[in-house]
Amino acid sequence: MRQEWREIVSTGNKEGQFKVYVAKYGIYFLFLLVFILLSVSNKAFFTVNNLLNISKQASIVAIIAMGQTICLISGGMDLSSGSVMALAGVTSAMYGLADGTNMPAAVLTAIGVGMTCGLINGLIVSWGKVPAFIATLGMQQAARGMALLLTNATPVFGLSEQYIFLGSGKISGIPVLVIVMILVMLASAFMLNKTKFGRHIYAIGGNELSAYVSGLNVKRTRLLAYTITGALTGLGGLLLAGRIQSGTPAMAEGYELDAIAGAVIGGVSTSGGIGSVYGAVIGALLMTMVNNGLDLLNVSAYYQQIIKGIIIVLTVFIDVRTKDIKK
Amino acid sequence: MEHRLLEVEGITKSFSGVLALDHVSFDVRPGETHVLMGENGAGKSTLMKIINGIYHADEGMIKLEGKEMKAQSPMDAMEKGISMIHQELNNVLDMSVAENIFLGKEYGRGIFYDRRLMQEKAGEVLKRLDLEISPAVKMRELSVAKRQMVEIAKAVSVNAKIIIMDEPTSAISHKEVEALFGIIGNFKKQGMGIVYISHKMDEIFRIADRITILRDGKSVGTYKAGHLTIDQLIAKMVGRTMENMFPPPIEHEPGEEALRVEGLCCEHVLEDISLNIRKGEILGLAGLMGAGRSELAEALFGMRRIKQGKVWIRGKEREIRRPRDAVKAGLAFVTEDRALSGLNKKTSVKKDMSILTLGRYCRWKQVISGRKENAAVDRGIRTLKIKTGSRNQNVGSLSGGNQQKVIVARWLLGEPDILLMDEPTRGIDVGAKYEIYSIIQKLAAEGKAILMISSEMPELIGLCHRVAVMHEGRIRGELTREEMSQEAIMALAAGMEGDCVNRE
Repeated sequence: MRQEWREIVSTGNKEGQFKVYVAKYGIYFLFLLVFILLSVSNKAFFTVNNLLNISKQASIVAIIAMGQTICLISGGMDLSSGSVMALAGVTSAMYGLADGTNMPAAVLTAIGVGMTCGLINGLIVSWGKVPAFIATLGMQQAARGMALLLTNATPVFGLSEQYIFLGSGKISGIPVLVIVMILVMLASAFMLNKTKFGRHIYAIGGNELSAYVSGLNVKRTRLLAYTITGALTGLGGLLLAGRIQSGTPAMAEGYELDAIAGAVIGGVSTSGGIGSVYGAVIGALLMTMVNNGLDLLNVSAYYQQIIKGIIIVLTVFIDVRTKDIKK
Repeated sequence: MEHRLLEVEGITKSFSGVLALDHVSFDVRPGETHVLMGENGAGKSTLMKIINGIYHADEGMIKLEGKEMKAQSPMDAMEKGISMIHQELNNVLDMSVAENIFLGKEYGRGIFYDRRLMQEKAGEVLKRLDLEISPAVKMRELSVAKRQMVEIAKAVSVNAKIIIMDEPTSAISHKEVEALFGIIGNFKKQGMGIVYISHKMDEIFRIADRITILRDGKSVGTYKAGHLTIDQLIAKMVGRTMENMFPPPIEHEPGEEALRVEGLCCEHVLEDISLNIRKGEILGLAGLMGAGRSELAEALFGMRRIKQGKVWIRGKEREIRRPRDAVKAGLAFVTEDRALSGLNKKTSVKKDMSILTLGRYCRWKQVISGRKENAAVDRGIRTLKIKTGSRNQNVGSLSGGNQQKVIVARWLLGEPDILLMDEPTRGIDVGAKYEIYSIIQKLAAEGKAILMISSEMPELIGLCHRVAVMHEGRIRGELTREEMSQEAIMALAAGMEGDCVNRE
């Protein structure tokens, strides 16, 4: 990214320079703008506690959004995130009860369940050639049903302290959730930008046929992308269960849409091949920050939902309009 | 002073600080074919997009029949009387011919449209052009040439005064070109103006009345077609004199056999194909559209199911079932369609070029070493003289010729032994063609085996050691360098035996 900055700065023309700048980093500008606006308009906003609160709230959505980002870049989409989170949450909660504490098993179960669901999604999409929208919609239904079935539709209570620590604890003042989110961000960014596999994900999402002709293993790459998305979803389910202190089969409903919205606001293309996890995190943070700010300003939840809808469409609208300048 | 249909005056356009067009002017008279020439990146496409309302000019103006015109969109331009036939056709394949012709201006009452009336009207338009195409048939079922004719019909249906054609003959056969020229002739008689973009010299001199040459975003000048020779034209385009269309051959002896194919069959498209290529040899593959040339390359590269037949690579029998196997066996495939199967336009020059060989720049098989990758990409950019701002520029923003070079560079970084090149110079200007020819010759001299598919016969004759000619899925014959002539190739391509055939 730094090199691109330098290039832009070096292209003389001042006005054009500014435009390119805004087009490329628009979402970051918007983020700063909203941040400053909220800080000025409300004293309660710019406090350590509130900022920590926002990042905590945003963390889980951000993790799911990063999973979606990987999936979207590969040219796919995962509508099953919310349900898979619930399934991963309840199954891992069963291993994380206070009597008979087994934390490693709880963590592995959550991630394993997520990966398995992702793998199945991937198999159906890449080998079965079922459109991602349909395949993952099926998983959305099936995983939710499974979560309800396993728990008899009642939440799993009585989680161990370690389990709850994951969702609500702090390490030297920083919420565990935020630490996990940052670790996931660094790892995913590394994978997407610095590894061969990551490049292959961009390549199959950008032009599948070209990738195929170039000898890439398109099916395997796609399968792995879905599996990784599933693993992050499972992790999200674990953290959410820890945060609400129970494995609830009805939890995380609609998370996939928040996550997709976050990714898209952050510049990830729904047609594949374009995007970054940093954008997805900023997108998730932006949405949470707006929610929080509006809460502090006593705006009703109904208005908030309307505003959220407008933000999602508006950012993509602006993004589309500025595409020409980017080129 | 003569009446002018279209006047383009001092058009200037820049993209984020880079000047693409610098005060370009030209005009079109009624009944004239005005050819626009220039190397890739000279600004032809940008200029056409401005006339057509896709871009807006920074400076200058466009006058249609003496009145200033500013098209807001292609649809707007069409309503004002300017229609454009794009190089890459964009018809709706799952709609009927009639629906495509009247797309966006359907006949009907309210929200319903009148299919029968539309088909009737479409039939009239097609008849006027002497086209035997049923208006009810789906576009998907038509050949590329027919689809193009439908585009032209669409232009006629709105009573276009100016028709812009961007490389209309790049995907159609010789016979269809004749039909197209016939239609252009008719348009001229009706007083319409044609703006024609092409790289094919023989065509240009057949149909041009005047020629405007662009170079680096500037107009070099407008000339009467009869006042220019091919050499002068090329010299003006590239800004230097070019002795010859082809680089001098590099003398070398072909080595041992690199590729051998025996009795290859594919359902419906290929029958009993046998051929061999030696190291350092360039084998041309000629034939008309639909003769099965691209299909043969695809079959060799594992993209089509082979029903029968065997393939040997460097003496070893290989079964290639997917491109991955082909790449491993040392094959490379520069495909015919850049946008469809060639480039990932959503990424940078660097990332597109390195995707095939990424493993070589990695530590621990996965972690990319930026230094090694950059070095390789820079080498590619340098050896093929790719014109790009930097390796991080979006590959989709390069001109067609440079995009093609990126694809060739991507394969060359993989150091293949055998290259399959399907129309490697399609849509590329003379200068870039010359460079691609030199690259092909150099590769052959280095001992690579090359299978070159081309529809341009001079190109095959100028470069290839041997030419195999296909007709309806079979190889009709093979010509050695001594036997090669346009007439001999055409005769075989048309499925005729013997040598008594004339081209025209």
